[in-house]
Amino acid sequence: MSLETNMLTYPRRSRVDRALRGCTIIATAIAIVPLVLIITYVLIVGGAALNWDFFTQTYRPPVPAGIDPRTGLPIEGMEENDLSQVQARGGVLHGIVGTLMVTITALLFSLPIGILAGIFLAEYPDTPFNTFIRFCCDVLSGAPSIVIGVVGFTMIVRQTQTYSGIAGSIALIFLMVPTIARTTEEILKLVPNATREAAMAMGAPMWYSTLTVVVPTALTGIVTGALLAFARGAGETAPLLLTIQGNSNLSFNMLAPMAALPILTYKYIESPFPAENQLAWGTAFVLMMLVLGVNLLVRITTARIKR
Amino acid sequence: MAVAIQPTVATQTAHSMTVRGLKPFYGKRLAVQALDLDVRPNQIMALIGPSGCGKSTVLRCLNRMHELVPYARAEGLVKLDNIDIYAPGIDPALVRRKIGMVFQLPIALRTRNIYENVAVGLRLGGIKNKAELDARVEKALRDAHLWDEVKDKLHLSGMALSGGQQQRLSIARTIAVEPDIILFDEPCSALDPIATLRIEELLLSLRQRYTIVIVTHNMQQAARISDRTAVFMVEKTDDIPVGVLIEEGPTEQIFSTPQDPRTEDYISGRVG
Repeated sequence: MSLETNMLTYPRRSRVDRALRGCTIIATAIAIVPLVLIITYVLIVGGAALNWDFFTQTYRPPVPAGIDPRTGLPIEGMEENDLSQVQARGGVLHGIVGTLMVTITALLFSLPIGILAGIFLAEYPDTPFNTFIRFCCDVLSGAPSIVIGVVGFTMIVRQTQTYSGIAGSIALIFLMVPTIARTTEEILKLVPNATREAAMAMGAPMWYSTLTVVVPTALTGIVTGALLAFARGAGETAPLLLTIQGNSNLSFNMLAPMAALPILTYKYIESPFPAENQLAWGTAFVLMMLVLGVNLLVRITTARIKR
Repeated sequence: MAVAIQPTVATQTAHSMTVRGLKPFYGKRLAVQALDLDVRPNQIMALIGPSGCGKSTVLRCLNRMHELVPYARAEGLVKLDNIDIYAPGIDPALVRRKIGMVFQLPIALRTRNIYENVAVGLRLGGIKNKAELDARVEKALRDAHLWDEVKDKLHLSGMALSGGQQQRLSIARTIAVEPDIILFDEPCSALDPIATLRIEELLLSLRQRYTIVIVTHNMQQAARISDRTAVFMVEKTDDIPVGVLIEEGPTEQIFSTPQDPRTEDYISGRVG
């Protein structure tokens, strides 16, 4: 059974409709497939590198081929210069600690600055000054991260004569603030004007309306922006290479060089030993899980606050 | 005038408004020609007219909501009792507290539950005592004819209510702070006929304690509930539409023997 139609264009229309839908599906697949492959590969290869030592130990030099790591004695019948036989030891605890300290410090400073700037951009009347700030944010968030690294290097490292965790945090603040400000602005603009007016009509001053009505309404979106900024900051390598430099030991001193997971990934993937290359996948895995974990945690908390 | 609006203890005396030579602007464009209006105590004044005639703009000038629109401003004299609300040194936030407003779309603040939707204005006013808050919230909800429907679910989100209930919740929020005047901007245009009827009953009961100005598209509504009616029209000068107040008088007279032929055309459905 089918409906009769005298619509001459009908066959063509339905063909075009199907073709367009097909295109969107193919494009989505092209976007998604590499992502899924990358994540699966990191999960499989990186997951295999994980063990207790990986989370509890810091860097230890690899054991040369042909030596039993426990006894320190040569193993019989093994080639001494076979790179594939070199065994990795130690873990990345210093990297996890470094990444958390540097990124969270940066986030603590970026959140108030970014959110307040976003409120200024969204809630106060448009002036040329606003347009200028918005333009700066866009340029800054699009700037190559190595540029931010160089800025951090010249501004902090050269002046203080030392690489330090703080220098890394400051470089990340430059990256995070524009992202947070712009996402906050966009999300606040989605709050219906009627909501603002309802608050103002009760005789609420601007700050009260903004802080207790408008911002809570947009909270989920603002949190998403903060998370994106955190994820970006945690995954940045270039600015950190030039500011915190890296450290093979566990360090809690923000005034001295620190380790970070992306730097360890970079270092291990450059290593000539296949066993250390595997550690690189492990750090990538941990970094991904870290971002995912923080994401889940924050989402659950905001969902709870909303209720 | 250096007289600031002082926070006062709520009284039962009703208040009036006087408008002289009010000219609302959007940027450089004059929205409504200079108009005079007297809002009398314990009365409901209806502002009616076709779309674009500036009746909502005039209403928003009465509690300084108009100037919240970018580049909008108003000239002229608007007095609450004998205080010029546009005088320098007058805080618009305090004006809005004295002259409350209910909007076209019911607004339940989505981050607050039903109780807090009403309590928000009271908390803003500095009331912290739980017992007093409870009593004031209950009274406002009763006065808004909503208490019986929500008394068992005060902790639920305001978004869980129907459109008509949300509008009564907005009214409860507005009357909780005991304003002098309440402005209604087409409060029923998003509601079904039964919800509309309930709001109209509510308006009539509120008139005993408050002075009310209502903008409505619904002429029958104006005829049913208002004491006086002001009719607005759009006039074109140099092809630029400007709103103008063409007639104001007792509602009965406006609807039975209008002075201006355009009023007659409008209320009999030939214009607008």
